[in-house]
Amino acid sequence: MKILTGNDLKTGSVVWWDGQGWSIYVDDAVDVGDAADGIMAREEAACRVNNPYAIDGEKTADGVRPAHIKDRVRAYGPTVRPDLTLKPADPEAGNWVI
Amino acid sequence: MYRYDKYDQAMVDARVEEFRDQARRRIEGHLTDDQFKPLRLKNGLYLQLHAYMLRVAIPYGTFDSRQMRKLAHIARTYDRGYGHFTTRQNIQYNWIKLEEAADLLGELATVEMHAIQTSGESVRNISADQYAGAAADEIIDPRPWCEMIRQMTTFMPEFSYLPRKFKIAVIASKVDRAALRWHDFALRIVKNDAGEIGFEVYAGGGMGRTPFIAFKIRDFLPTDQIFSYLQAVLRVWNRNARRDNIHKQRMKILVHELGEEEFARQVEEEFQHFLTLATDFPQAEYDRIAAYFAPPPFEQGLSDEIDRSDPEFALWVDRQTVAHKAPGYAIANISLKPIGGIPGDISADQMDLVADLAERYSFDEIRATHAQNLVLPHVRKQDLYAVWQALTEAGLADVNLDLVTDIIACPGLDYCSLANARSIPLAQKIAERFADRQRQQDLGELKIKISGCINACGHHHAGNIGILGVDKKGSESYQLLLGGSGDEETSQAKITGPGFDENGIVDAIERTVERYRAIREPGERFIDTYRRVGMDQFKEAIYG
Repeated sequence: MKILTGNDLKTGSVVWWDGQGWSIYVDDAVDVGDAADGIMAREEAACRVNNPYAIDGEKTADGVRPAHIKDRVRAYGPTVRPDLTLKPADPEAGNWVI
Repeated sequence: MYRYDKYDQAMVDARVEEFRDQARRRIEGHLTDDQFKPLRLKNGLYLQLHAYMLRVAIPYGTFDSRQMRKLAHIARTYDRGYGHFTTRQNIQYNWIKLEEAADLLGELATVEMHAIQTSGESVRNISADQYAGAAADEIIDPRPWCEMIRQMTTFMPEFSYLPRKFKIAVIASKVDRAALRWHDFALRIVKNDAGEIGFEVYAGGGMGRTPFIAFKIRDFLPTDQIFSYLQAVLRVWNRNARRDNIHKQRMKILVHELGEEEFARQVEEEFQHFLTLATDFPQAEYDRIAAYFAPPPFEQGLSDEIDRSDPEFALWVDRQTVAHKAPGYAIANISLKPIGGIPGDISADQMDLVADLAERYSFDEIRATHAQNLVLPHVRKQDLYAVWQALTEAGLADVNLDLVTDIIACPGLDYCSLANARSIPLAQKIAERFADRQRQQDLGELKIKISGCINACGHHHAGNIGILGVDKKGSESYQLLLGGSGDEETSQAKITGPGFDENGIVDAIERTVERYRAIREPGERFIDTYRRVGMDQFKEAIYG
């Protein structure tokens, strides 16, 4: 699947296109197919996202997983500070990152 | 230390308001990302993997308790409770919001700090010996020249749009604690046969994807000609640099392509021209700046005796303190390399503790080192025990200065958008592997430096053992290098052979270290043994 990611313009937070807007949870990411360029242009022009780009991902039983390690780290957070990730209480949360 | 005058303060305050307006225009959509990016970079604001990152300048690594407390406040208020000391003696924050960045810069300005020229194509933070003004072996405090060069190169129109970044270092001792020759432009203060103080000048060094060690371009430059000479160097580079190729824009590439002799000839020609313009500083200006760096009022008649009855304290003293120029005083190094921790990271509470110690025991001075540690430069020997106790309680009393666990590591793929591989987990694994204190002490000085990509922010080219993270078909892979050094016998590390995965590289380092232990001669450091026997002995140990 093709998924869209970028950073929130005001906060810098990593965000994923969920079909309606931008979510901080990678599992909300949807397959944009061939529509990536149009969505990115519209959203960037509206100042809702910074530096968006399309990447390959995979829908697994556990959730959406970006293909490249860099985007998996973006989706999870710094692997050396699990307390700062989106699921700090879940020690298994980052098992898919590396 | 230097204090802002009304002009410095006015410039920094104005810059904050200018950036506030730029950020507002970006958020409201009046500026595109392409338009805004160079503006934010001129104020040290990057966009990294997880958020904006702000790099705050600590000129020549010198700051005080008021500033450290402000850095702690910023960590709590604008970030997530911690900061990260860098290999350029700066501090950076990883979780900054664009909508709050101008307020943050405004807070920094209240304590005479900023993030100007910590990024972008400009003269970056001037670095210096972290022991400046305290070291027993220095000729004179190098920081007045650092400060004057800082003032000269900040906002100077001709050098505001350089081809690429430009890094300067200044030291004043034979021993090089600032990786001098890995800089674009470097000064070592020396005394000539007539007893006059001047600069030994180096040019054309740098790490990154194409490393070069700076060559000596001048044996002796009178100190009062430094502005002319530096301007000449910058102008020759600025005029001739390859602006068509980002990978060939650093001055080291120009020096390499022109050749040292031709580069020096062009600099000399330009230098003679600058001398006629009389742009160098008058003695009165040096005196004015130098007065800010007058030695603190050291007590006279102090004893050099230290009560070593506590064996843990004695170990710390032996490893973490260094000879001071004033009798009865010591330089105390604070390790930011706890076993299993993140090199260079420090919590807001720890920052406050260091600020308290500096205020109480070190004439209110703190230093940041390029090796990502901190220093209390002027501690009475009789106060060392109290300092150690407080550091111990705060988790800052590790005993590993320059040892195998005192690892330099860039933020790597955990934070950095340029990185190909993670650096920090590797540093943690290596530190854990060599955690045994007796083993560390036995191995002696051994500098490991890790970069998560070829930009070399973790100084892997200068590591006795260097590690370079690369992307191998979407997976992290690590190249092992040996033989680098950033000291007065600067050398560039060489790749040993095929790379390793995360666990494999730790094993390879252990094999390297054990080979050193087996073949070293009495008194030899790792780098000495490497230089004596060469790469093959180690390759055989690593690859079999």
